[in-house]
This record gives sequence, C-alpha cells and structure tokens, in this order.
Amino acid sequence: MKFSRLKMEWPLHLLILPGLILVIIYNYIPMLGLVMAFQKFIPALGITGSKWIGLDNFRYLLDLPNIWQVLWNTVYIAVMKIIVGLIVPITLAILLNEIIHERFKKFVQTMIYLPHFLSWVILGGILIDILSPNNGIVNQVIKAFGFEPIFFLGDNDWFPFTVVLTDQWKEMGFNTIVYLAAITGIDPTLYEAAKLDGANRLRQTWHVTLPGMLPIIILLMTLSLGNVLNAGFDQIFNLYSPAVYESGDIIDTFVYRLGLVEAQYSVATAVGMFKSVVSLVLISVSYWMAYRFANYRIF
Amino acid sequence: MKLSRGQRIFLAGNYVFFILLSLLCILPLVHIFAISLSSSSAASAGLVTLWPVDFTLRSYDYIINKHEFFDSIIVSIKRLVVGTSLSLLLCMTIAYPLSKETKAFRMRTVYAWIFVFTILFNGGLIPSYMIVRYTGLLDTLWALVIPSAVNVFNVLLMLNFFRGLPKELEESAFIDGAGHWITLWRIYVPLSMPSVATVALFTMVFHWNSWFDGMIFMNKISNYPLSTYLQNVLTSGSIISSSMVNLNDLAEISDRTTKAAQIFVGSLPILCVYPFLQRYFMKGIVLGSVKG
Repeated sequence: MKFSRLKMEWPLHLLILPGLILVIIYNYIPMLGLVMAFQKFIPALGITGSKWIGLDNFRYLLDLPNIWQVLWNTVYIAVMKIIVGLIVPITLAILLNEIIHERFKKFVQTMIYLPHFLSWVILGGILIDILSPNNGIVNQVIKAFGFEPIFFLGDNDWFPFTVVLTDQWKEMGFNTIVYLAAITGIDPTLYEAAKLDGANRLRQTWHVTLPGMLPIIILLMTLSLGNVLNAGFDQIFNLYSPAVYESGDIIDTFVYRLGLVEAQYSVATAVGMFKSVVSLVLISVSYWMAYRFANYRIF
Repeated sequence: MKLSRGQRIFLAGNYVFFILLSLLCILPLVHIFAISLSSSSAASAGLVTLWPVDFTLRSYDYIINKHEFFDSIIVSIKRLVVGTSLSLLLCMTIAYPLSKETKAFRMRTVYAWIFVFTILFNGGLIPSYMIVRYTGLLDTLWALVIPSAVNVFNVLLMLNFFRGLPKELEESAFIDGAGHWITLWRIYVPLSMPSVATVALFTMVFHWNSWFDGMIFMNKISNYPLSTYLQNVLTSGSIISSSMVNLNDLAEISDRTTKAAQIFVGSLPILCVYPFLQRYFMKGIVLGSVKG
C-alpha cells in the first residue's frame, strides 16, 4: 500500500519540481536576502562576507529628512486611489446597468477598459504630451477658456490628484466590469417584488442593486487593504520628476533611487524590508477578513 | 412601458455621459496618433487635435531607420515567445499536482502554501536584483524570462479550472494505463484550452508591457526590450540632436512627433490583440470566481 502510493505520487513531485526550484531561487532566497538590511552590504563580498552593523541602516534612515514625507506620500496616494477606486467603478456599474441597449453597453465597455491593457510607459508618454503646460492639448483647452495653464505633472499641489485621476482613467473600466458582473448575478425576481411594492428605479437601485453588490464590494474593500503601501511604482516612475519629489516620491521610487541609482544597497533594503513586513501583516489581515466575512479563499 | 419625463431625461443624460466617458478613454490615443502623422511645425503650433495636419510619414521613417528601436523590437519578440512558452509550461506543471485532492497527493497543501506565500511576502527590489546578478543572468534574455516565469495568480486560475474537470476522465485514463504525465498533456491540457488561452494572452501582454526588469537587468541599450527602450526615450529630454538630422528636417519631425510615433508603434500590438483580450478577460473573471 505504502509502496503503490509512492509510485502514484512521485511523478507529481517531479512535475512540480522545476517550478518549485525557480520559486525558491527567485522568491525565497531574496526573502533571506533581507538580512542585508543589517549589514554594510558590498556585492563583491556577498551576504557571507559583508560586515554586520546591526540597526545602523535603520538609524541612518530615520535621520534622513525626507523619509517621513515619502511615507506620507505613499499612504496618501494609495488610500486616495483605494477610495476613488471604489466609488467610481461602483457608480459606473450602476449607471451602465441602467442602459438597456446591449450593443451600446458593449461599446462602452470596450472603450473604457482599453487603457487597462496599455503599460504605464505608453500611458505616461501620452499623458506627458497631452498634459504639457506649453503645448499639451488639455492646457490648450484650459487656455481657450481664459484660465492659466496648469502644470499637472510638475506642480506639487496638482501631482497627487493627477496621479489618482489618471490611475482611475486606466483602471476604472476593469473594475466596472467586475461590479457589473456582480449586478448581473442579482436575482431578477427581487426587482419584480420591489416593483410590486411600488419602488421606482432609484429605490430599486438603493434597496436591491446595492445590497446585491455588497458582498463583492466588501470583498474588494478588504482585499484592497493590502495595497495601503502600494502607491503604484510604474505609474509614478513614468510621470514624476525631481520637481514633484516633495508630493510624489513614494517608498518604491525612493528605494529604487537609493538602491539601484546611488548603490546604497543595504539602506534601500532596510526601507524595502519595512514595506514588505508591513504589507505582509496588512495582506494577511485582509485575506483573513475576506475569508471570515466574505467566505473568500485563495485556493 | 411608458417613461416619465424625469426618467427620459435621466436616460438621455446617461447615454451622453457614457459617450463622453468612452471618448475620454480613446481620444488621447487618437490625438497622439494624429500628432505622429503631422509635421512638427503644425504640432508645436497647436493645430493638431484629432486629425493629422500637414500629413507626413517622416516621423515613422525616422524611427524605422533607428537601429536601437529595431533591435529592441527583436528583444521584445524573443522574450515574448520564450517567456510565454516557459510560463505556460510551468503554470500547467505546477497547477496539475496542486489540483489533486490531499488524499491523492499528501504534500499538496504544503506545496500550495509555498507558492501562495510568495503573494503575501517578497524580498523587495534590492535582494531580488542581487539574486539575478549572482545567478549570472544580467544582460541576458533569461533575466527577462526566468525571475517572472512562475505567476502564482495564473497557477491558481489554471488550478481552479483543472479542479472543475470531471474526476471520471482521470480515473478512466489511469485504468487505461496512462500515468500522470500523459493524463496532463493528453486529457487535462486539451480540455482546458479556454484557461490556457487566457493565461497565454495575459502572459504575452505582461511580456510586451514589462519595462522595469529590462531597465535594471540590462546594462547595454542594445539588450533593452521595446518597453524599456520607449521608457528611456519618452522620459528623457531630447532624442533628436541637430547633428543627426539636417535643419530642413526639423520643420517636419521633432521630439514630440517622433515620440508620438513610438508610442503608437509600442501600443499597436496591444490594440491588435485587444478584441481577444476582451473576450478572454470576461472568461478570466468567470474562471477566477469559480473557486474550490
């Protein structure tokens, strides 16, 4: 019995082995590599050869003048993105559901989730062009109405809002579809019953559609908790410039510049470790809550 | 059904709103396309909106003759082909054992947690960069392909699809003397074409769009994939130096028009596969929501 079981199972181990080796090398060894944060790491010496310096990197970090600003920017932009990213797609899904004309609905869906598939390199290139204060088309329109041109990507008052709005521009279509799928799943007899009770469209939306969407709203809300330190590296890296570091520099861009541009490997790892650990806690809590309240399981 | 006045106004407003929203998503792309086909003097004078002014193909002519641009497209195609094949292969070989019941594969839960944990925690940028450096992948195509080869989300999607297949198929295959290897390739994979296609498409888009790995793992510009090359060009100041083109050309092409042309070429493959993406995207949502 034992033997035949082994005979049945060993091909399964063998199948999973190549993937397992890759994940161990490229995911787990870097996790162990986080100990660099407690070293004065020099690539030529490696982890084993570099000097251990305890918490010096963290002390150095706390003395950096802009570290709190970076942390604040990250949380501020990420939380704004989460909130706007809930309100806009839910509203759009409810409004889109009111459209009876199926082909028009399909057309709108096709249009609004196109940007989702383009990379931030492409979208960044487009935005830098159209938002340019000199000859960008958006500012031409603003000037045509007699207002001063706005430097969306170069003004610290505007940059975070531009980031949140353009992120919505890219992602709203994707999220709208998810909520729309939830609305389609609502039992139609509930609407019939509401109509019999004399509810108009607005009241039907309030008393049937929204409660029907609630499970998926709660699920996505809890899962988004894991993103509180994710302000979107790809987007910000392609849109920011030294002029807006004050309002737009986030943990990820900071780590990149510190680590790979200035080659302060250990200090950058210390920042990265802070982010990884906090994110682990947040994601674990969010998954646990999603499991508890929405019966969601990842596998 | 008779609509009241208020309802009619709401409906009309709703249609107008969605037309405007759709335009908002598509017009910036059209505008950039128009700029890429306009002369630089028309573009800088702000005459171009949605239709080319002083139509010219000079910007495209310029980028096609730039060998860095051409090289980067080749790198992108290579990483796309190699990377997608490798990722698909791994995705299926990982998902198949994990789709078994714990009774049939006792280590299943342990393995599953090993993979899922990588979603929850990671070593961050610097250690991940260092391991690629120490394994000698810098400046090779493999740096763009191997570290991202296992995508746990795709594995979960495939796994859930495998689980939905009837158990009897597997049992009858075993009775006929097939082992796991044959069962996977002859029964599971052919029956899972919708999810295989979904994973393949999304991996292809991932590879086409990825730029950061190219930027940090490649030292030579000639090794850049297209997205990284574009990132370099679009965020750097000036790409056309006056020594490279003669002065007559400057009225025809400029940084702005050539950047626009490169943006358009970079997004073209995505626009071409978009109808398929859209179809499989819905499937992906449905598949993702069918969970064990």
